[in-house]
Amino acid sequence: MPFGLLKYGLKKDYPGKHHFTPAADLKKHYDVVIIGAGGHGTSIAYYLAKYHNVKNIAVLDKGYLGGGNTARNTAVIRSNYLTEEGVTFYRESVKLFQNLSNEFDYNIMMESRGQLTLAHSDAAIRSFRWRAEVNQHLGVRSALVDRQTIKELVPNLNMSEDVRYPIMAGLWHADGATARHDAVAWGYAKGACARGVELHQLTEVEDIIVTKGKVTAVQTNRGRIACGCVVQAVAGASSVVAKKAGIRLPIHSYPLQAMVTQPYKPLLTPHVSSPHVHVYIHQTSRGEFVIGGGSDPYPLYNTRATLEQKESLSAAVLELFPFLSQARMMRQWAGVTDMTPDYSPIMGMSPVENYYLDAGWGTWGFKATPICGKTMAELVATKKTPKLIKPFELERFYRFEQINEAGATAASH
Amino acid sequence: MKILNCPLNGPRNISEFTYGGEFHRMPDPKHSADHVWAEHVFFHDNEAGIVTEWWFHNATSFWFLAERNTITDEVVRTFCVNELFNERVEFINDADPSANAEVK
Repeated sequence: MPFGLLKYGLKKDYPGKHHFTPAADLKKHYDVVIIGAGGHGTSIAYYLAKYHNVKNIAVLDKGYLGGGNTARNTAVIRSNYLTEEGVTFYRESVKLFQNLSNEFDYNIMMESRGQLTLAHSDAAIRSFRWRAEVNQHLGVRSALVDRQTIKELVPNLNMSEDVRYPIMAGLWHADGATARHDAVAWGYAKGACARGVELHQLTEVEDIIVTKGKVTAVQTNRGRIACGCVVQAVAGASSVVAKKAGIRLPIHSYPLQAMVTQPYKPLLTPHVSSPHVHVYIHQTSRGEFVIGGGSDPYPLYNTRATLEQKESLSAAVLELFPFLSQARMMRQWAGVTDMTPDYSPIMGMSPVENYYLDAGWGTWGFKATPICGKTMAELVATKKTPKLIKPFELERFYRFEQINEAGATAASH
Repeated sequence: MKILNCPLNGPRNISEFTYGGEFHRMPDPKHSADHVWAEHVFFHDNEAGIVTEWWFHNATSFWFLAERNTITDEVVRTFCVNELFNERVEFINDADPSANAEVK
């Protein structure tokens, strides 16, 4: 066996199959140009090629595949939101996630371990009861649970009443899950490339050319590309890219910080979230505790980590899981979240013809990756906005029909 | 801890302050259409670079303005509102005289 391995290692040409298209020159024209090769961008390309027979697609990224917020999010999948529009949308996403490994023939390491959100006040219990009712009505597994059930679900959780904010009840979401976030982008990119989509990394869009209210081309650092239409899927830089097309968005970009401990043996099964103390935590299949949820107090395009966030996240998580006081932190990082005023995404057409927006993904982008790609692909191919994403159009802000998503992450809101 | 130089209280920890949004001139309250208000209220420039924005010192309820670089996280300068506002803003809508009378 060692000789076989040595022979393999010394081979001139790598015998494995490439998952993604190798770097090539840009063509002069593409039917669809997708800006951003994260989960969303590659997912749109995948569904366009798979269901709509659109193959002349370029996915551009100024960095590398899945190197932006796809790599920086904390990989939570759930659908227990509050608004009917939100719950219905994310429910479809969770369903697609559940079959994604099979569909790709590529393991995205999806684990449905459930999600528990904690209530530390009467007001929170009231809102959880409301959420559970909305969720159950729409076919999402979600229930208000008492302290005894919480003890059984998470035996390590500090249920003491002698803390700042004793736990009073919880919202148990059995569909809650996690998956390998990078693998989701890789799986989509692999499937898209196999169907003829071109992936162009290190290709930065410098300008977007709009003629008579219609997008006609994009100027990149590797030359100009004429295009039938453009989709922007650049979470964390939505306003900056949209501005190149002359579009102003209802977004403020804030860094959201998270951190991860050294690995431990399996101790924590579900994902635990507390909107009250602003923290959420889960243990990865490698054993590390991912601790997230600290938004910076002001907008910033910078992914530095701060001591203040480390302190506030640590204080919050130690109240829930005191045994972590001995844990060593391995990493702390940030991702820039595009926050909308109503905590809902912006999907659909824009004021510029043939320019489509996939933006405003705040802290809810990863969990929407499959369904957003599928519905956006349908929009791009048919020019008709699918019913599922109709409520999320940019136009809603002009009609004063915001979708107030109070079930968003335990971060800043 | 980052330090913000409050025009009223001098240098203080940034945790004593609240961010108050981008600075934009209010649309003319007498003649602006709904979509102009929608843009003013919901939409932002969200610039990557130096921006002018509102800040509030919590303990003294003092509003002021700051120029801040949103890429480097550096505060360029802070200043009082009277640099930009030197006359009273009237909210009275004289298109509707009955509402006008009530406001007075």
